[in-house]
Amino acid sequence: MSEHEYTPKSKVGKWFNDRLPLLTLANHLTDYPTPKNLNYWWTFGGILTFCLITQIVTGLVLAMHYIAHADMAFDSVEHIMRDVNYGWLIRYIHANGASMFFLAVYIHIFRSLFYGSYKSPREIIWIIGIIIYLLMMAAAFMGYVLPWGQMSFWGATVITNLFSAIPLVGEGIVTWLWGGYSVDNPTLTRFFTLHYLIPFLILGLVVLHIWALHVPGNNNPVGIDIKKPSKDTVPFHPYIVIKDGFALLMFMIVFAFFVFYTPNILGHADNYIEADPLVTPAHIVPEWYLLPFYAILRSVPDKLLGVVAMLSAILILAALPWLDTSKTRSAVFRPLYKQFYWILVADVLILGYVGAMPAEGLYLLVARVATAYYFLHFLLILPVLGLKEKTLPIPLSITDPVLGGSSNFSTAKNQTKIE
Amino acid sequence: MSEKKTNRRDFLFTATYAVGAVGVGATIWPMIDQMNPDASVKALASTEVDVSSVDRGKTITVLWRGKPVFIRRRTQEEIAEAKSVKLEDLKDPQKDEDRAKDPEWLVMLGVCTHLGCVPLDQKGDYNGWFCPCHGSHYDISGRIRKGPAPTNMEIPKYEFVNANTIKIG
Repeated sequence: MSEHEYTPKSKVGKWFNDRLPLLTLANHLTDYPTPKNLNYWWTFGGILTFCLITQIVTGLVLAMHYIAHADMAFDSVEHIMRDVNYGWLIRYIHANGASMFFLAVYIHIFRSLFYGSYKSPREIIWIIGIIIYLLMMAAAFMGYVLPWGQMSFWGATVITNLFSAIPLVGEGIVTWLWGGYSVDNPTLTRFFTLHYLIPFLILGLVVLHIWALHVPGNNNPVGIDIKKPSKDTVPFHPYIVIKDGFALLMFMIVFAFFVFYTPNILGHADNYIEADPLVTPAHIVPEWYLLPFYAILRSVPDKLLGVVAMLSAILILAALPWLDTSKTRSAVFRPLYKQFYWILVADVLILGYVGAMPAEGLYLLVARVATAYYFLHFLLILPVLGLKEKTLPIPLSITDPVLGGSSNFSTAKNQTKIE
Repeated sequence: MSEKKTNRRDFLFTATYAVGAVGVGATIWPMIDQMNPDASVKALASTEVDVSSVDRGKTITVLWRGKPVFIRRRTQEEIAEAKSVKLEDLKDPQKDEDRAKDPEWLVMLGVCTHLGCVPLDQKGDYNGWFCPCHGSHYDISGRIRKGPAPTNMEIPKYEFVNANTIKIG
């Protein structure tokens, strides 16, 4: 990104950099011009990187003590909790870390939705992000199976059975996934292997995600391109590093609160009962971060269509850059979209709530309406809105509204209030 | 460009691709197939169950291939109820006679055909089984009556070895 060619000062540095330009890369990362109007919603990329590293490090330690065997897994987790030095701490960080990871990723995704960060020229960043999100769900699901409690076992049974909805080959695929005729030891060992693998795939995709980001540069709250790098941007280091660091500290306070004060509140008590293939718990619920999709699955009374609806709800996000026809990126300048955005947020929260409730009566009705609205938002409202909506005037540059004197000053003032 | 003649080089390319594709396939297949049920899993194919202690109107659950199998000794009323259901009322039409060889004994996989939970005995709107996961109701013949499950609960291969013993598998 830097316009100037970087040359290391020392002779050794130059010698090394000529052979492997790592110092050029480091220089690019520190000097990377960042829009100077980024708000705190932009700090979640850094927070997510922290979450990934935390999960990898704590996971590595847990793997030293965990035994992936149907007869021993449950006891080995209790062994970690009771016998291993600081095992309780490391496991609680890992278990709550998954929830924190999803909390951060949802904020990150909804940030993109508000400010139109998925729009041209950032479609590839967005799609890589969706793939990372899918892998996160796979990793979280398989990780939840490893303690081999009741929720682990039955969650694994229900989720793998989703594939049986596929006509003709479905049953064969399920048997193949299980390595048997039910969820059992072969299933556990392969889930452990994949659970270990996926974070590293995510790490690779994160590199691509950031690489793709550094081609056009960051989007920003006003959603316009950088006009004059010298005026509109600040170097990543130290400005953004400090800001990200501060946000990370705030985030870690929330994280630590869960780990030290309510480490089990996000889990399910039934998972402290060892897996029993003969008894299904009375009420199966996935972890909170999957509840909206679970509600969509249950709201459709047909097995295959339910599965199709659930998968579509996730995959539709990948098509978002083309479903949203508006040329204006930021919701700040889209008065109607802004309202529909908040309705969508409410809709997803409602789906999450009914996903945790029994699928009957009023809950089922609400789940159906909310599911219909979810698809309506992406398939009808967004495409039409982009063509019909009268957007507010966009400032001429990032600096323009801040310095004032432009015709867009009032717009800029309103915008600051919103944030 | 105007006339495309197959020459010696085209033949070599095609042959190389073909051999390469077969080689890749032959290499990938063991990687995929290793995940299928192994010999030790397949070896546990059958189970014999002593049912002499099962009273009328009671169900026992046994484990076969890691899955629960319900064995219910049905009462006369239950048998009558199961037989009285009209086929057109069923989502997956099947006669009770086709599901229970001996009407007194219903042997079926205790696995909901929706997403694989174990349904609860003597619950639901049809006096049979009810799956707590996503609300499928089954009748006393294990046939799906209401809810998201697409088919009746599966009947495994089984036989009466003698009056008191059922062999599943």
